[in-house]
Amino acid sequence: MKYLKSITLILALAFFACTAAFAQEHGEEAEKEGISLKEILFGHVQDSYNWHLFDVNGHPVVIDLPMIFYSQQSGFHVLCTSQFEHHPNAELLREGPDGFAIQGSAEEKGKIVENVNGEWQPVCFDISITKQVCVVFIDAIILLLCILIPARWCKKHKIDDEAPKGFTGLMHMFIMSVYDDLIKSTLGEKADKYAPYLLTCFFFIFFANLMGVMPFPPGGGNITGNIAVTAFLAICTFLITNATGNKHYWMEIFWPEVPTWLKCPVPLMPVIELFGVFIKPIVLCVRLFANMLAGHAIAISLTCMIFIMFAIGGFMGNLLGGFITPVSVLMSIFMMALELLVCYIQAMVFTLLSAIYIQMSHASHH
Amino acid sequence: MSLLTPDFGLFFWMTVVFLCVLGILWKWGFPVIINMVNERKEYIDGSLKKAHEATERLANIQKEGEELLRVAREKQASILKEAKETHDTIVAKAESDAREQANKMIAEAKSQIEAEKAAAIREIRSQVAELSVQIAEKVIRQNLSNDKAQMQLIDKLLDEVK
Repeated sequence: MKYLKSITLILALAFFACTAAFAQEHGEEAEKEGISLKEILFGHVQDSYNWHLFDVNGHPVVIDLPMIFYSQQSGFHVLCTSQFEHHPNAELLREGPDGFAIQGSAEEKGKIVENVNGEWQPVCFDISITKQVCVVFIDAIILLLCILIPARWCKKHKIDDEAPKGFTGLMHMFIMSVYDDLIKSTLGEKADKYAPYLLTCFFFIFFANLMGVMPFPPGGGNITGNIAVTAFLAICTFLITNATGNKHYWMEIFWPEVPTWLKCPVPLMPVIELFGVFIKPIVLCVRLFANMLAGHAIAISLTCMIFIMFAIGGFMGNLLGGFITPVSVLMSIFMMALELLVCYIQAMVFTLLSAIYIQMSHASHH
Repeated sequence: MSLLTPDFGLFFWMTVVFLCVLGILWKWGFPVIINMVNERKEYIDGSLKKAHEATERLANIQKEGEELLRVAREKQASILKEAKETHDTIVAKAESDAREQANKMIAEAKSQIEAEKAAAIREIRSQVAELSVQIAEKVIRQNLSNDKAQMQLIDKLLDEVK
């Protein structure tokens, strides 16, 4: 039985590799037929001004979202994406009212540009409620509900009441597992001071990840796979770490305990340590971003395999498509399960590393 | 490379949303839950400890009760034993007292009998003497009819008296 499983897996992988090679050969053919993996992929993982759900008979079904921006020429504008063309024209512009247009294709979030004397200039202060901003809002609402409902239970009950059941009990257990295993075990006595931030980070990332895995609204927005979101979280950790660091922390950076020649005439170690200060949040930011983006890319690629195969056309394309469909579905299921695991692990890793960085900035002399 | 350049609008909204959420959860969310759960944990731990102590105490009480019962039983036995001993000694003393009393009474009776016997003997003797004297008188009265014989007897008696 054990061997049977391994053999099946190897065969599946071999088959998958062969078809992948074949697909690459014929990929260009497929693209001509109107399927571009890159476009689909970028359309899914990137931001856009409107929320494209699906197409019905070639007509896109979108949720129109407000666009808020400031133009140097005409001040603040609040427009709606429905006022813009859905498909870009030959100049790759989606024209809208008042001489504004969105650069780029329908799926991609380009820039808002304004027609100034025949030239297209980007507007400066663009805080439109895009698809991913929308998902951030939804994520925040879910997060607030998931934490404030159990918190309300706590306010309404005395300590000698019966233990909470159902959702409240689950959330209590979940929160305490994160608090005890990640935060308390790392930060010790100082845990309570930083726990709200770290827990907010954890659950914000966790719910955002889950919503990224969900392929339809309220999910679908890949916000933890967007570098702006992860960069913001990493900057928060960076600020907390450096704002609360004690003198030992700064001494470790500027005057570490190494042989003097490593730091005196040429400040080699201080420079390295100083780089470390900035590399830490960058690593935090990029790890989360890259992991979630890669997960989405793999999931979408696996699904697109089917369409690419059928797009090749002819007998060979249909045959390959028929073969690849079950494999692709199975692999997608596997990837989905893996993604669920990754959702938790990445949230955990981010929180744990943030806690470790904060702990390092509070460490006494060692 | 639009993937790697942070988007300003998203960053802006993320800052606003995250800080709001953090503020709300800092004030009303996580600390409330953590404190509550920790307090509950302590309460439950305390209750468990108390329950253990109570069970232990109960076991002790049972043991103590048994011990008390055993001691009481021992005491009862010893008291009974003592009572029996006392009873025995009392009976023995009573017996010896009675015997002594009886002996005394017997002795008294004996001495009285002795005394009475002696008195009786004395009386008998005196009566015998009197009777003898009377008999002797009568005898003598008869015999003293002649003077000579009288004289002889008086002399003889006088001699005897002397």
